[in-house]
Amino acid sequence: MKPDNKTSFAARRAFLRKLGRTAACAGAAVGGGALGVMQTVAAKSEPASSQQSSLIPDYDWTKHQWAFGVDATKCIGCLRCVEACKVENNVSRDPHHFRTWVERYVYLEGEDRPRIDSQHDPVNIAASGSGGEYRFANRYQDAKVEKAFFVPKLCNQCTHPPCVQVCPTGATYKTVDGVVLIDHKYCIGCQYCVQACPYGARFFNYEKHVTDKCTWCYHRITKGLQPACVEVCPVGARIFGDLKEKQSPISQFIRNNRTRVLKPETGNAPNVFYVGLDKDVL
Amino acid sequence: MESLYHFAPFTGYAYPNESVIPWTVLIVVYPYLTGLVAGAFTVSSLYHVFGMEQFKPVGKLALLTALCFMIIVPVPLLLHLGHPERAFNALITPHWTSAFVMFGYMAGFYVVLLLLENWFVFRPDVVRLAREKKGMMGWCCRVLCLGSYDVSAKAMHYDRKWIFALAVIGIPAAHGLHGYVGFVFGSLKSREWWSSDLMPAIFLFSAVISGVALLTALYVLSCWLRRIPVDLKCLKGLAYTLWGFLMFTLVLEGVEFGSLVYKAREGTEMILEYVTGPLIVTFFILQFAIGAVTPVVLLTFMIWRGTTGKALVAGVTLSACLVLFSVFMMRWNVVIGGQEISKTGQGLLEYQLPIFHREGLVAAVAVLVAPLLLLWGMARLLPPWEQNAPSPPSVGNIAGGV
Repeated sequence: MKPDNKTSFAARRAFLRKLGRTAACAGAAVGGGALGVMQTVAAKSEPASSQQSSLIPDYDWTKHQWAFGVDATKCIGCLRCVEACKVENNVSRDPHHFRTWVERYVYLEGEDRPRIDSQHDPVNIAASGSGGEYRFANRYQDAKVEKAFFVPKLCNQCTHPPCVQVCPTGATYKTVDGVVLIDHKYCIGCQYCVQACPYGARFFNYEKHVTDKCTWCYHRITKGLQPACVEVCPVGARIFGDLKEKQSPISQFIRNNRTRVLKPETGNAPNVFYVGLDKDVL
Repeated sequence: MESLYHFAPFTGYAYPNESVIPWTVLIVVYPYLTGLVAGAFTVSSLYHVFGMEQFKPVGKLALLTALCFMIIVPVPLLLHLGHPERAFNALITPHWTSAFVMFGYMAGFYVVLLLLENWFVFRPDVVRLAREKKGMMGWCCRVLCLGSYDVSAKAMHYDRKWIFALAVIGIPAAHGLHGYVGFVFGSLKSREWWSSDLMPAIFLFSAVISGVALLTALYVLSCWLRRIPVDLKCLKGLAYTLWGFLMFTLVLEGVEFGSLVYKAREGTEMILEYVTGPLIVTFFILQFAIGAVTPVVLLTFMIWRGTTGKALVAGVTLSACLVLFSVFMMRWNVVIGGQEISKTGQGLLEYQLPIFHREGLVAAVAVLVAPLLLLWGMARLLPPWEQNAPSPPSVGNIAGGV
């Protein structure tokens, strides 16, 4: 046993010497590269798409910086935006997949927390009569309502999008003009991005087997049109425009109001600016 | 359309898109399998690297188990993907900021490492079989020899160096692979239930206990099937390892839950409502009381009383089975539990487990059974038992005790 022990010890020593040298080299390389890697993977440093020109004819995405405004004090909860979005973007006609939705906050007398629902609530679906049509049921008509308001929701096209950060293939990316898009021909459908979005803006498209979400109607805005939901809103609760134009509706909206964004503590820096939110808005 | 997905009923308020749970039971199975791999590899390293001779009877079994389970690990992920045929996109055009990207590379590297280490460890058996057997079996073994029939003492010594080196590299590889799985969950800031810095450590330690428990159960089962007595020294070693790591895991989980409750950030109220409501059975009763506290008490009692013989075998095996169950419930409570708490912090969803579906119960059970069948087949081809073919002694000769 003894000679064998010796050999194995010698072998181990030799191996450890080699391992030590390798580790020293690797350590130096890792140390040097670590700073670069941290810069790359940190959520804050997520770069916009590196392509300098979009593939859309007659459209230069370096000349625009799109942003969205919501005036919650104006929304009447008619849900025409939801309807228009489903039609325009061919979103599945069921109560589980939405690119945009509207939340209703109702404060009843004697209760310290609001009652919150949206068009997908079973009571509202029962009132509309089908999962493909949407309306808010008049469920509080006999209650004593102290305060109530609606809040339209959609993708926030964050400046530091966590969905883009976690995408393993780069199928979802941030455009130069500020919109987060998904390449449906490249997405593997892992749904990591669905998990990462704190706003619940993403969903799985069961027809295409990829993830899906609001694009601020990118196919329309790049042609100079308004997003479908903005176009149909009868009260002007949704405002859209280019931050690079001083007189655009969105620039004026942000300039003339005290706005806030949703869940600022996430560090995502959302680009949907709200007016008229209450502290309980999620 | 309704058959394509299963929507989750909810109470309170959940965002509309949350009513279809994105990660299903297959994503529960996936970290469970990687954990078993990491744990089984830990036991093999205790023998091959740290020279703990009492683990010799399970040294080869541990390696073969790790390989068989690792081969199946990508299956639940591929079944889950919307476009499994595009899975390689993550490898050929990796998006480096994604925690998922490393999976492909690390898993690929680790499979190669396991294949190599298994090849070296089983080489004397393969060479013997290649010389003895005829027909299909003999042909298979000759192919597996890869042209190397040298089993001289010099060659064996050379092999041992490789086994040692591979086992050393395998330790960070196996544990890195599983720690990263914890990072996938812990790094998401969208869910309070997941967003914890302790998540990778908890995943890692629960992985080790699940792997040790699996090997214990497999070893006792194999002894029973082969009608040979269980090596009590080995079993005691496994029991001590399980006991120590189990207590540490419990402490980690307790600290994590305690800090979540103590910090009481926004959304914690809903989490508490959840764990004391729908989760009380799966979390407190199944995962903690039955799956973790019972084996800790049982193992402590047996170690204190110096139990031996059949009682020790029965007690340790029962503890191992309970731990295997507990770790599965832990994966369930993390993966499914996290998604049942709405991102709004104002609602709870109820995951519906379909029976016959690509991501249903039958598929999950099949994925869990597949590595065991693979192991059974491999063990028939290359018996990982000691008395059939003495394995090369481990390079590390330190007589370690647990």
